[in-house]
Amino acid sequence: MGRCVRFVCNMLASTGAATIFFGKGLLGIVESGRIGRRTVAQIYAIGCQSIFVIMLIGFFCGMVLGLQGYYTLVKFGSVGLLGSAISLTLIRELGPVLTAIMLTGRAGSSMTAEIGVMRISDQIDALDVMDINSMAYLVSPRLLASLVAFPLLTALFDVIGILGGYVTGVLMLGINEGVYFYRIEASVLPIDVWGGFVKSLVFALLVTTVCCYQGYTTHLRRDSAGPAAVGNATTQAVVVSCVCILAADYVLTSFFL
Amino acid sequence: METAWDIDLCALTIGYGSHIVLHNVTASFPAGRISMILGESGSGKSTLLRHIIGLSVPKSGRITIAGTDCTRMDDAEARRLRRRMGVLFQDGALLGSLTVLENVALPLTEHLRLPKELIRKEALRVLGMVELEQVADYYPSQLSGGMRKRAGLARAIITNPSLLLCDEPTSGLDPLTAARMDILLLTLHRQFPGMTILVVSHDLESFHHIADYTLVIKDGLGIFSGTKDAFYASNDPYLVRYRTRSSEATVADFSSTMDPRVSSELSRWLANP
Amino acid sequence: MRDCIVGLFVVVGLLCVAYLSVRLGKMDLFVENGFPLLARFDSAQGLRVGADVEMAGVAVGRVSAITLDDNPQHTQAVVHLQLFKDYRLSEDTIASIKTSGLIGDKYITLSRGGSSVILGAGDTINETESPVDLETLIGKYAFGGV
Repeated sequence: MGRCVRFVCNMLASTGAATIFFGKGLLGIVESGRIGRRTVAQIYAIGCQSIFVIMLIGFFCGMVLGLQGYYTLVKFGSVGLLGSAISLTLIRELGPVLTAIMLTGRAGSSMTAEIGVMRISDQIDALDVMDINSMAYLVSPRLLASLVAFPLLTALFDVIGILGGYVTGVLMLGINEGVYFYRIEASVLPIDVWGGFVKSLVFALLVTTVCCYQGYTTHLRRDSAGPAAVGNATTQAVVVSCVCILAADYVLTSFFL
Repeated sequence: METAWDIDLCALTIGYGSHIVLHNVTASFPAGRISMILGESGSGKSTLLRHIIGLSVPKSGRITIAGTDCTRMDDAEARRLRRRMGVLFQDGALLGSLTVLENVALPLTEHLRLPKELIRKEALRVLGMVELEQVADYYPSQLSGGMRKRAGLARAIITNPSLLLCDEPTSGLDPLTAARMDILLLTLHRQFPGMTILVVSHDLESFHHIADYTLVIKDGLGIFSGTKDAFYASNDPYLVRYRTRSSEATVADFSSTMDPRVSSELSRWLANP
Repeated sequence: MRDCIVGLFVVVGLLCVAYLSVRLGKMDLFVENGFPLLARFDSAQGLRVGADVEMAGVAVGRVSAITLDDNPQHTQAVVHLQLFKDYRLSEDTIASIKTSGLIGDKYITLSRGGSSVILGAGDTINETESPVDLETLIGKYAFGGV
């Protein structure tokens, strides 16, 4: 009983602390003078270095959707709808969610580890002592960079996924090419596209906040200290981010439908 | 008139959570001198330094720097004070993603609007003072511990601070490198007579060479505070032992025997080819 | 070098965004060039914003909004059509909601009338056919109504 209460209290406290952390990070975007260069470096780290893996995942995701969709639709004799099934699934759900989860694994975990190591080796304290706002130096550029990178990578994922569906549906299973693309254009609505982008923006803020927060507070962990704390912080950041992504996805989907 | 950058600790109690690290410490480190906080490993010296820097808040008591109470200070005042501080952290705390030169130049690039070449020249000049110009474009992980400490020192002094705080500048260094560090600090002291230098260390050798004042910490208490001469003249048995580097126990007690199960298993493992 | 890669990434990403939003999201870049019309239907069941408007099987516009005319005497659905240009439709043009295939999407088809009075921008088409309700049709067939 007492343990339960303490658990809930801890959850509340860390949620509150992470929210304040997020606010400070946003404030740092305005305050920091030289944020441009660091943001470009972070876009490179978060965005450019993830292009290949996102394309790979997107392509296979589209291919498997094409296969599954084909064998379901063929039972109703409406394989012509394959294009709309693939594009709607990708644009509304899988694109934003899978991109965010992949980026959590690829970019989020390295954010946590990097900031965590900086924390345990006094580098963050050194920044503060030099009167360099460590939040504005470390967290704000990452927030900005992920706001750029997440939607762009989501769009890339969607387009590559549709191409993947084209490969299975049209090239391998022989659906008419014109029908495939006509169906996609006819069934996707503006709200689907914008809803997907809003999701990816929300995921960008969630993932970056959670991952940076875990790294930034590595020294406050009670379960471990030193390098082990960096490891635990990284694990926790990935787990919490993924849970947040899926929970937020449910809430956002219920808004848009 | 110039502010005198002296540091006064008054009835200071510090700790984490319910754990008290230092209790009721009173000491003063005069401006323009080299002072040293001495103590055994784990006695709370570095924690005390973190409080003086302002990274942690004391449980009770006052830290006064240049006449202003650091514990009751708003954000703007604290930032103004930090601008006058240079801190050398234990392992240098250089940013791993920047080169040595970028690290040393960081306070200038972040706060001043100056052309790149000028900042680079200035950083190279300070790196020259610590004899590191030839590794300027290396990354911190490629340097030895002593080099990292010297680079950290260069970063700490590039803004001409009035207060230089060093955490264990000579620990883990070989005697020659440590002596070089001492000479660096002494030269700095001579070149900038107004600069207050506070060093946290357990290194008696470097204390002997550079310090004017000292605070000795033992078991969470400040047991001695005063000049170097007073430290050497004191008859306090702990200080005498510290000075002469003699342990309380003259013989280490190794008489307790190993559990027979452990010893038999151990000999089996040793005999194993 | 790194800046170039970042630039390339942003350009490629924006191209994908453009494809999604302009081609698929039917984002109208030249809204002011369209020709708005209204059509009142007894039922707009199954019709969605963005559905095609066709004439002789050729797409000539899209449904831009669907609202309810909450008149207690005669409640109707008001469908806002955005045609690509002014096709000089007469005032007795018939708008009907059709289904593509048996279970496909609903769309609107327009057939020209004979009147010499031409509809202006924002005018209302009153001659309309609501969608065929499949269930009612099956019911009629089953119970001998047809």
